[in-house]
Order: sequence, then structure tokens, then C-alpha cells
Amino acid sequence: MSTTYLGMPALPAPGDRAFPSFPQAAHAAVRDTTLRGNLRHATHTIRAKRAKAVAEVSDWAQLREAGRRIKDHTLRHLDRYLVQVEEAVTAAGGTVHWAANAAEANRIVADLVKATGEREVVKVKSMATQEIGLNEALQAEGIRAYETDLAELIVQLGKDRPSHILVPAIHRNRGEIRDIFRSEMSAWGRPAPEGLTDTPAELAEAARLHLREKFLRAKVGISGANFVVAETGTLVVVESEGNGRMCLTLPETLISVVGIEKIVPTWRDLEVFLQTLPRSSTAERMNPYTSMWTGTTDGDGPSTFHLVLLDNGRTDTLADQVGRQALRCIRCSACLNVCPVYERAGGHAYGSVYPGPIGAILSPQLRGTATDIDASLPYASSLCGACYEVCPVAIDIPEVLVHLRERVAEGGTATRGGNKVVLRPAKGHAAERAAMRAARWAFTHPGALAAGQRLASRTRRFHPRALPGPGRAWSAGRDLPAVPAEPFRDWWQRTRGGKDEAK
Amino acid sequence: MSSRERILGRVRRALADVPPDDTPYEEAVPRPYLRRHGDRDVAGTADLLAANLADYRAVVHRSDTAGLPGLIAHLLAQRGSASVLVPPGLDPAWLADTDTDITRVADRAESTPGELDRVDSVVTGCAVAIAETGTIVLDGSPDQGRRRITLIPDHHICVVRVPGQVVSSVPEALERLTPSRPLTWISGPSATSDIELDRVEGVHGPRTLEVVLAEDGDG
Repeated sequence: MSTTYLGMPALPAPGDRAFPSFPQAAHAAVRDTTLRGNLRHATHTIRAKRAKAVAEVSDWAQLREAGRRIKDHTLRHLDRYLVQVEEAVTAAGGTVHWAANAAEANRIVADLVKATGEREVVKVKSMATQEIGLNEALQAEGIRAYETDLAELIVQLGKDRPSHILVPAIHRNRGEIRDIFRSEMSAWGRPAPEGLTDTPAELAEAARLHLREKFLRAKVGISGANFVVAETGTLVVVESEGNGRMCLTLPETLISVVGIEKIVPTWRDLEVFLQTLPRSSTAERMNPYTSMWTGTTDGDGPSTFHLVLLDNGRTDTLADQVGRQALRCIRCSACLNVCPVYERAGGHAYGSVYPGPIGAILSPQLRGTATDIDASLPYASSLCGACYEVCPVAIDIPEVLVHLRERVAEGGTATRGGNKVVLRPAKGHAAERAAMRAARWAFTHPGALAAGQRLASRTRRFHPRALPGPGRAWSAGRDLPAVPAEPFRDWWQRTRGGKDEAK
Repeated sequence: MSSRERILGRVRRALADVPPDDTPYEEAVPRPYLRRHGDRDVAGTADLLAANLADYRAVVHRSDTAGLPGLIAHLLAQRGSASVLVPPGLDPAWLADTDTDITRVADRAESTPGELDRVDSVVTGCAVAIAETGTIVLDGSPDQGRRRITLIPDHHICVVRVPGQVVSSVPEALERLTPSRPLTWISGPSATSDIELDRVEGVHGPRTLEVVLAEDGDG
């Protein structure tokens, strides 16, 4: 198993505390009525808007299919495109670093920051740097990282964890945000204005004032990227607030930490994703700001640019023939917003920076299924398929969920840290496996099946409403199927398939 | 072994199951999607651009080339700006009617972000504008200047020449742009959806974006 540190923001050091399994974490969340209200309001708002934004584009299905093919092709030739990215970025004046895991990426970034002599950095919202726990790693080196996205700021000030890919503070309502700003801003810099109310416009203004001094003096910026174009070496960051532009333009040094799956082969490929990403994520025709840069430009923007290419479980995911499609993900979060499980359980229950349906297939692949949380995530779904419907790169999330459930229950081969490993079946699935073995035997022995069915029908008035013993957990959330008075096959024979039904 | 070699090796081993495929990229990814959505004439495209800009809270003005200096003068005066940033290659005629009391600030390499923060407005051209999405794109050409001059001042006036700089769609815009230039795509003023997924305009970027659609000729 990988011992890679996959740190989570605002948590104790790795190993100090394991995340509870999804059912345990969700158990508390579904009883939190404020959280349920906040999530319901936010996800329903964005659902309707997204549907409208997508309906505006008559060729959505074709764009989605093209996006899927571009990503699949890139993954198929990822070695070639990685080398091409390295060449293009280097030729444009950037420096490329390779990080096999989180610890290595954090080490590279910390050393780069220290080499500038600076002790603080401004950050653009980035899933990759959250995934590797960069802020905590920098803090351990005496470097303070300021999150500048509004929702990330709310999370950072509230000593909280992100609960949504696009809107990490989605679990907070306006009143809670105002309270956090009032009590916490002064410890980080400019305090919240006197008499701050909970109107979103005033809260945004408070964030503007608080962060402006940090932007104007920042010497080092840290970002991720939504896309890296292999043929040109161009990086793309889509955002809304302008904090991204501030971090990408004003500092002297820019460090971008990017997962190796973010590559697209050609400049032209952006025409697909710049249409599908904004409509899928914020439900806009286009997000307010998109920045594109290629290496460094004399006199405009940072004079030093570093690109850190991050693996951290991605190549392990790539090795799985069914699961590799998860690497197509462009982090739009549409699947979270439509998911009935996410809406009720909230993002924290997923125990990862990647919550929701995509998190349920990404986390157990990036981190492996060794922990309680990662082994339970493939079950955090009703398999309703709404996530697949809205996915702009057509990731068949239910298919991968079922595949991962099989791996958890049955064990089998997987790739961890670049090496093939054989996983043992997880504990707690013994009854399930026994039931499946029994079913396999019964279905291949028709006589025994028929006898068993007749026996079940004749004894049906004595059947309990819940299963005893180890089956109790299964039947706690489900009704046992009612057994008919007569097995279907007996009825078919007696009535000749219903033709003699009147008799 | 370096991490570079380690990662590339892992990628190659991970793909060992995939049969070799040397289909050229152009054939590997068919592109049956549309180059643009709908057929519009020049006026229709400009109207759509104006409508979509306004939908995301940009303030849209329309003018002919002759009326441009007067309109810009009016917008700066109305805003009450005391100073305006001027990119090096901005057509001097555009500011010809602007009150000389409004200080012209040059886009200089040595000016600090703090100094730029004290400038009230900025006037620029653009590289291209996209009607379907209500987007203007800046590419750092001399009439647009360094990226930071359109970022720090709170008021941005952007002139789009119609029809020369207007395209219908995202694919058409990408065709016109040069990837090696630093590019900023702007669709309305700075905004956020981070509080309860409600859109609020005005965070870190310019909170007021005024777009002037300047039509060629005198009428």
C-alpha cells in the first residue's frame, strides 16, 4: 500500500486521525438541519441554472463527445504529451519539475518559495494543492499561504475543510460567513468592516478589502491550472473573482502545481472545454475571467515561472482499465450538484478534497482502498446515474463505482505507487460474498432453485420483516422483498404463460 | 531514477494493455460540433454581443468612430475619474476630447501595484470579442498594455471595433488569437458565486466594466 501523504487542510498531521467511513460521517451530516438546508438551497439553485445554460447550446452532445475523445486520446498517449509539455514550457521560459507524490511536490514548492527569500505566498484556488496539503506543508516550513478565492478564504478563516469542488464553503450560509469574517479576519490581516451585514455583496466587499493589501505586496503566487496545452505550453486558469488574475500577474514568481491529467494536446482543444466547463460548473455562458499564459513574457507578469507536474496516484488510476476514465474529469462539479447523496450527506462526509460522485471514484483510486473511508466511498451512491448524465466529459461514474465495489468486496489486482499489488477482499463483505456464492450455485442448479422457491412461498407468513444477525445492517435501510404466494415459474407452467389465467 | 523517469515509466506500464494506435490526432478526434451557433449578419452578431455583455452586468455603449472621443470623455467625466491609465499604443484620438484635468498615467514597467491602485480608470482596445458568450479578450498588444493595468484600477473602458474585432463563437476566437501572448478573457465585471451559489458582481477585478462597441464609418 502507498504510504503517500495525502494531507487534508485543517487537520492534524497525517496518521493522527483517520477519516470515519462514509456511513459514519454521513450519519451526523444528515441530522444537521442547517447543513441540509444550505446544501439543498445551493444545489437546487445551480441545477436549474446549469440546465438552462446547457440548453442554450444545441450541439451539447457533440461537444461532450469531443471532450471525452480529447481526454481519452491524451491519456492514451500521456507519456508523449508530458514530454511535449515539458519541451514547450521550457522553450517559453518556464522551468518544469516532476513530483511522483504529495511529499515530493510539497518539497519542491517549499524549496522554490524559500529560494525567493519570501515567507508568504498568495494562492489561487487549486484542487491539486489541496489534495497534497500544500498549505500545511508550507506552514511547517514557516511560510504562510493565503487563500484568495472567496470560498477558500471562508474555509481558511473558519479553520474548516472544503466541502465542494467549485464552492468549497457551500456548507456555509451567509449568516455563518458573516460571523466568520467578523471574528477571524483580524487575525489574518485587515479586519472585517464595522457593521458588516450578511448580504452577499457586502461580504464580497469585505473579502476584497481584506485581500487587496496581500495582492499588492505579494512576490510569490501559487496556482493550479484547468488546462495545459501540450503543443504551445500554455496554461489556462478559469475563475470568477479576479483573485486568479491577481495571483497570476502581480507576483514576480509564479509556481503552478498541475496534475498530469490536465493536459490537452492542441490549442484548438480549448474550443471544446471553454464551452463545456463554464456552463457545467457555474452555469454561465463564460466565467468572468480566464487567464492564459505561456512561460514568461518580458515586462508583463511574473519573470519566473515554475510548473510542477504531479502524479500522486494518477498513474495508478491510469493503470485501471475501467477506472482510468475518472482522469478525464475537468473538476466542473456538476455531478455534485445533481447527486441525491451529496445533497443530503454534504461534502465533508467524503473525507477528501474531492467530494460527491467524482470523489467517490477518484479518492479510492488516487489513495487506494486501504482505509475505512476509501473502502466505503464506492458505496456512497444510489447508482441513479444523474452524475453521468451531466458529466461534460461523459465519465460513467456508476460503472466505475460498481467496478470499485467489486474490488473492495472481492479484492484483486490494482496498481499502487506504480507497482502491481494483489488486494485482499475487504473485511465486512464476507456475508455478501457468501450470499453471492450461494446464488451462483442455486442459479446453476435449477432443481434446487425450484424447490427452494416453493419452500419460500409456502413459509412466507413466517418470514421476518428484518434480517437477523449480520443481515440486520442490510435490512435496516431496506424493505425485504415480499415473497409471492406462488413462484413465477410455477405460475407460468400452471397458466401457460397467463393464457389460462381466467381458470 | 529521477521522478521524471519514474512517472513516465509508470505511465507506459499503466498503458501496457492498450493496443498501439498511431492515428493522427486530427483523425482521432472528430469534431462534429458547430463552429458557431446560428447564422447572424454583422449587425445581428453585434447585437448579440451587446445583449450578452449586458446580461453579465457589463455596461454597453454603442458609437461610431467619430463619436468615440466624445463618448470616452463623457464616461470618464461621469465616473468622476481624476486619472486614467493609457496603454502605449492607444489611438491618441480616443482621448482627444477628454478633459485635460484628468491625469494621463502611462503604462510603465517600473510602476508598482500600489501606484496602479491609485489610478481611477483605464481605457484599452481589445484583441477580439465573442458574441455568443459576451466575452472580450485582451492579448497585451500596445493598445491594451500589460495585464495588470486592466486588473488593478476599478473602472475599465474597453473599446471593441465593430465588425472587425467581433466573432460569433469561442472556436472562431481561438483561431484569431496567438497562444504565446498573455491572454485575458473577460466576461462582465469581476463576480463570485461563492455565497450560496448566488452570483454577485464586483470582487477583486474592476468592478465596473464599460464596453464601447465602436462601429466603423460615420454612421
